[in-house]
Amino acid sequence: MNAIASRFSSSSSFKPQSSLGEDEEYGSEYGWGSQAGFGNLTKGLPTFTMPQVQDPSAFLRLHTDDHADPSCRIKIKHGTTTLAFRYQGGVIVCVDSRATAGSYVASGTVKKVIEINPYLLGTMAGGAADCQYWETYLGMHCRLHELRNRERISVAAASKYLSNLVYSYKGMGLSMGTMICGWDKTGPAVVYVDSDGTRLKGDLFSVGSGSTFAYGVLDQGYRWDLTDEEALELGRRSIYAAGHRDAFSGNTCNLYHVKESGWDLIGNYDLSKLHYDGPQGIEGEGYGYEIRIGRASEKVAA
Amino acid sequence: MSIMQLNGGSVVAMVGKDCVGIATDMRLGNQALGISSEFQRVFPLTDRIYYGLPGLATDVATLRERFRYRVNMYTIKEEREIEPETFAHLVSSTLYEHRFGPYFVEPVIAGLSKTPSGGLKPFIAATDLIGCLNFAKDFVVAGTASEKLFGVAEGLWEPDLEPEDLFETISQTLMNAVDRDAYSGWGCTVHILTKDQVITRTLKARMD
Repeated sequence: MNAIASRFSSSSSFKPQSSLGEDEEYGSEYGWGSQAGFGNLTKGLPTFTMPQVQDPSAFLRLHTDDHADPSCRIKIKHGTTTLAFRYQGGVIVCVDSRATAGSYVASGTVKKVIEINPYLLGTMAGGAADCQYWETYLGMHCRLHELRNRERISVAAASKYLSNLVYSYKGMGLSMGTMICGWDKTGPAVVYVDSDGTRLKGDLFSVGSGSTFAYGVLDQGYRWDLTDEEALELGRRSIYAAGHRDAFSGNTCNLYHVKESGWDLIGNYDLSKLHYDGPQGIEGEGYGYEIRIGRASEKVAA
Repeated sequence: MSIMQLNGGSVVAMVGKDCVGIATDMRLGNQALGISSEFQRVFPLTDRIYYGLPGLATDVATLRERFRYRVNMYTIKEEREIEPETFAHLVSSTLYEHRFGPYFVEPVIAGLSKTPSGGLKPFIAATDLIGCLNFAKDFVVAGTASEKLFGVAEGLWEPDLEPEDLFETISQTLMNAVDRDAYSGWGCTVHILTKDQVITRTLKARMD
């Protein structure tokens, strides 16, 4: 077992890989029976093929919509609302499911919660591929930690692993804002990690273009001693608010509850159904403003 | 960010059998932030002409008043109601007068025009923001969801639709297109103009 572990544990730092001789590499490392698509990781930290130019990260920045230039040809999918909070009964994780490329709604069924293992969840904001790849990679290392140390990795350690990892790529165009959520020896935990290298422990976070709207609802309804029902409703209601107001969030919301026994997927809710019919699906009981007040102010005036 | 996309919104018009339809979403936004879901951008001009103004909201309000003024002046001078074709040219020249500092709207016109024999003929037209006229025989689209509207309309539209079928076609076209556009949506209204009535309906649309 240590032999397997040692194959993955090497302190070698990031090395740009030459694209010459790629075919040869393909046979040996990416072939059948390799490491589930992570074959390029067998020598420790992964190696990536790099554009054959003087400054690869400047080249990438020139051709992708890194912050400043939205008109370039390669568009990375952006726009999200994700939230996670800690409370007496565990952690609530709730996210929307919209992916946009410019103004185009590229998908309404994206899974923005990455199930790292039965006790750890990661959320996805920013570059979809970056989050998916590195959080799956994190899951692999969390498993190796378990094998080596005969106990589950703490949320703090897992998140620090990710934060150190993305920090080693700083300035190269990684884009991710994620919350690592789970339950460990210390109880429920939420840690915010982003591609700048920021790592923050806290009770309550929201990330993405719709985060301001989610915070609005979240802050006014949040208490430590929320019941499970209240907490789930708060998460759902917050994502609804963000999906409603923010053009780049919406479609459906995925709701997770992390308990001592691991995480549970509570459900997938269509935000339009929440608007009109609410979580119970009763017509006229939705979250929508006009639907709830039934134009009360106009009725009074008339 | 383009000024044409600042407030969002889209309009589509379609020809049917002895009827026309014009439909729009109801979103007014400030970039990604939704402000109102009751914004009107399709207006009646006469009993037989409706027009829509997707684009910059401040210019929507200004142009609506300008068109009202110019059409009222026309009606007084000519002592008759304006025809859709004439109105389309009025829109075009009003916009071209601002060729070097344009209004940021792309008007869509739908109406029923009088034929020499006394019947009514469906008419639709659209222009770009400086007044280039596009007389189409099938459908016209404009606004932030125009690309998506083209795609859906191209697939759903067929000739000689009866009013109720036209309503279904134009509604499905609009709703499915705006659901794929981040800057359009938040409610839809549809108007169907027939020779003896105007059917106006609000659709139960996605609100996200």
